[in-house]
Amino acid sequence: MSTELSLNKIKKEWHGSWKTYIIGFVSSLILTSASFLLVITKALTGRSLIYAIIGLGLTQAIFQLIYFLHLGQESKPRWQMWIFFFMLLILLIVVGGSLWIMSDLNDRVMSDMNMEIHHD
Amino acid sequence: MNDSMMVYHTRDKYADTSMPDPEQDTFSKTVLGFWLYLLTDCLLFATLFATYAVMHHETFGGPGSRELFSLPIAFSETMLLLLSSVTCGLAVLSAVRNENKKIILWLIVTFFLGASFIATELTEFSDLIREGHGWDKSAFLSSFFTLVGTHGLHVTIGLFWMCVMIAQISIKGVTVPTFRRLVVFSLFWHFLDLVWIFIFTFVYLMGVI
Repeated sequence: MSTELSLNKIKKEWHGSWKTYIIGFVSSLILTSASFLLVITKALTGRSLIYAIIGLGLTQAIFQLIYFLHLGQESKPRWQMWIFFFMLLILLIVVGGSLWIMSDLNDRVMSDMNMEIHHD
Repeated sequence: MNDSMMVYHTRDKYADTSMPDPEQDTFSKTVLGFWLYLLTDCLLFATLFATYAVMHHETFGGPGSRELFSLPIAFSETMLLLLSSVTCGLAVLSAVRNENKKIILWLIVTFFLGASFIATELTEFSDLIREGHGWDKSAFLSSFFTLVGTHGLHVTIGLFWMCVMIAQISIKGVTVPTFRRLVVFSLFWHFLDLVWIFIFTFVYLMGVI
């Protein structure tokens, strides 16, 4: 059973405002520029640079999810938010699992091949 | 007798909830359905990211990401997409405030920012191909073109969608269906900006380090 709500009611279900867009834009601008400058100026090196960039990227993603995509701001029960977290779980399994399996496979197969070369 | 009493009791318990059921109206249903699509799209990109992560050292003797990628170009693409994401949100905000001319204006600005993004990306791709680094040269380049190209394809579809939205709103004005479509479109566009953050971070920035 679907009912058509009036335009004014629908507009209340949308959660954007000038404030959210300005916060989202300014924070994204700062975070993107920060990670860009970190790489360009080589202010950090090695692992700390990689962690800093991933951290800045994830922070920006969270800011955009909240201020642009309005995650978790719907009324209860928050289906969108829960589906999102479930997607995140699958995403971590797919990406993390693939990387784990492939790097493991790479190590084993490559070390075997290297050993064969040494035997020859 | 006792059983039927129980059934009535539980039904009443749920019927009495004071919260409006968000699944009852077409707007929430559509937004939820589109959100489901976006999350499955997210998984599509996740598999492409995983493929890229596995393949990006397999350059088949050719140059790697460090030699091929240009950070200033990627940074300007990021800025174009971020700005277009904001102007797209401002278009929906204008729709909420019944400022029809501003909706069209913001959508046109969004369109040109998105089109500049695609133009920059196509230039980048054609430069790579012309210099002999096409998608057929190595596993690394195949996965790179697939990942970034799939995102570019989404943005291109978004540009067509935006033309349709501009036409619909200029003809019909803000009605229940056009507002709903505009909100769903803005979700799509913000989502593409979100995916690009990960491409910028994991492909371009980490590729150059």
